[in-house]
Amino acid sequence: MPIVEVKNLTVDFGPKSKPVRAVAGVDLHLAKGETLALLGESGSGKSVTLRSLMRLHPKSARTGGSMQVDERDVLAMPYGDLARYRGSIVSMIFQDPGLALDPVYRVGDQIAEAVVRHEGTSFKQGRARALELFERVRIPSPERRLDNYPHEMSGGMRQRAMIALALACNPKVLLADEPTTALDATVQIQVLLLLRELQRELGLAVIFVTHDIGVAVEVADRIAVMYAGKIIEEGPCADVIRAPSHPYTKGLLASRADHSFEKGARLTAIPGTPPDLATLPPGCAFAPRCAVVLDACRNSTPPPALISRHHFARCIRSEPAAARQATV
Amino acid sequence: MLLYTLKRILYVTPVALGVSVIVFLLVHIAPGDPLTSIMPIDATAEQQAEMRAAYGFDKPLAVQYGIWLWKVLHADLGNSIATGRPVLADVSRAVGNSLILASVSTLIGFTFGTFFGFVAGYFQNSPLDKIASLLSVIGVSVPHYWLGMVLVIIFSAQLGWLPPTGAGPDGSGNWRPDPEHLRYLILPAITMSVIPMGIISRTVRALVADILAQEFIQALRAKGLSEWGVFKHVVTNAAPTALAVMGLQLGYLLGGSVLVETVFAWPGTGFLLNAAIFQRDLPLLQGTILVLAMFFVFLNLLVDVLQTALDPRIQRS
Repeated sequence: MPIVEVKNLTVDFGPKSKPVRAVAGVDLHLAKGETLALLGESGSGKSVTLRSLMRLHPKSARTGGSMQVDERDVLAMPYGDLARYRGSIVSMIFQDPGLALDPVYRVGDQIAEAVVRHEGTSFKQGRARALELFERVRIPSPERRLDNYPHEMSGGMRQRAMIALALACNPKVLLADEPTTALDATVQIQVLLLLRELQRELGLAVIFVTHDIGVAVEVADRIAVMYAGKIIEEGPCADVIRAPSHPYTKGLLASRADHSFEKGARLTAIPGTPPDLATLPPGCAFAPRCAVVLDACRNSTPPPALISRHHFARCIRSEPAAARQATV
Repeated sequence: MLLYTLKRILYVTPVALGVSVIVFLLVHIAPGDPLTSIMPIDATAEQQAEMRAAYGFDKPLAVQYGIWLWKVLHADLGNSIATGRPVLADVSRAVGNSLILASVSTLIGFTFGTFFGFVAGYFQNSPLDKIASLLSVIGVSVPHYWLGMVLVIIFSAQLGWLPPTGAGPDGSGNWRPDPEHLRYLILPAITMSVIPMGIISRTVRALVADILAQEFIQALRAKGLSEWGVFKHVVTNAAPTALAVMGLQLGYLLGGSVLVETVFAWPGTGFLLNAAIFQRDLPLLQGTILVLAMFFVFLNLLVDVLQTALDPRIQRS
């Protein structure tokens, strides 16, 4: 039984007459202790998918499909249950802790507030928990730092505090929304290592949203690549990186800078721009930018095609790994 | 915090001195001779010179300023030319009355203003927001002396519920906190509260909308806070700015209520200023303006210090 199971999730923004479909039928599943990376460029729907799991969208957004988290039906939950579920079953690390922490509250108090809210402890006990957590995420001189306001901390320390906040009530599922994007490169690695360590120690199920393949490889067991609101390829980390099947995934891997650090070498780029979600073409959304497009691609959305047991891609050109090896 | 407060007080001193210079020079900028209004038209040149010497107008400007400032620092604002009474006594009584009126008005305005502002900011673009915004625009745009007259016509002339003018039944210029005097306060206070209400509600609306759009509000929901819990964070974030606006409004009302106080014959600073201007009573005018300006300086200082105490992001160095 997976701890997170999402079926045919759709999220629409904007007026009903001209909706923008940010997520267009996403299926996801996540086992206990597993880390899934949602990979994609800006506007691919990865953050929207993540926030749907906590129902954090504005009221005007319309969400369809079904989401089961820890045997709870997320979409059917009444508001009171939802508030109890947020932070205790599922918690979130935001991209920029400088924006995600309340600027006029002490950081320690913000953590204590969550503990008091979910576990009904006294505020003092909440502060004691905050201190434990600060030690756990290795914030130096934690006792003093609890009384800091967010603006008095460095970016890396703020993100550690954010992680401490997210872990305050022993959640089962951790949602990380580009948690390292706003940090310096050296701090990024420290925070990633910390997250991976905590994930293993606490046996957390993690969904990690990122646009950085390097980060995804570093933390994830499985990778799901999103494009225009759909998962277009998904599989175990090694399979997707070594044998990408969808042309978009191939393009992403080819555009990484590590292959072309030689001076003067041009970076490979995917031609064109991401599509406008309000006016998607009927067929494969990647077809207008695809180098190996067929006429059939423009007619209907390709169904997921299995490549190996856990690896699939939404591309009519993809073939099972076995068949591919046979033809070579 | 104490050090910060002392520092702010130190910074305020040159401002206060500058204000005193301007107030002092007012007498000399104003056209005409300050003494003409109290001297008979057929006064001889000798009599005029005598008068001028008696009031010290024959000395050089800088010396006059020095003498005047020295007296001011010793709580002597001179005597009114029209009545001969000490200016300080008149002004302090007027300030007391104005302070009552301004505080009550600001309190009413702040209460309703923040309420409307929060409602409008929380339910942006809903009918509630439209109604609250309409009320605040009306509040800011309606001329309040006109509103005062309309209220007097309705509640005093037509219904006879409330007294139209004055600060108390005895006709004396002193407001006291008892039920009988309270009835005199209601109409002018409501009239004066309309402007701060409009301004505060518009400020708070923008403030709340801005806070609600920030990422940390989503983060607060993500950690499981109830809407009430989130609301408390919104209030804490909005408080410093809202208080600053309230402080400034109180300052404006203290000095800027000439029209309303005149309409209601409320014996406050505005009424006094009006009288001083029409009687060309320059010492009185000078004293009133100086006291009001100092009040403004003091209020700004208070707001500054309060804001620093409330908002940790303002550097306390």
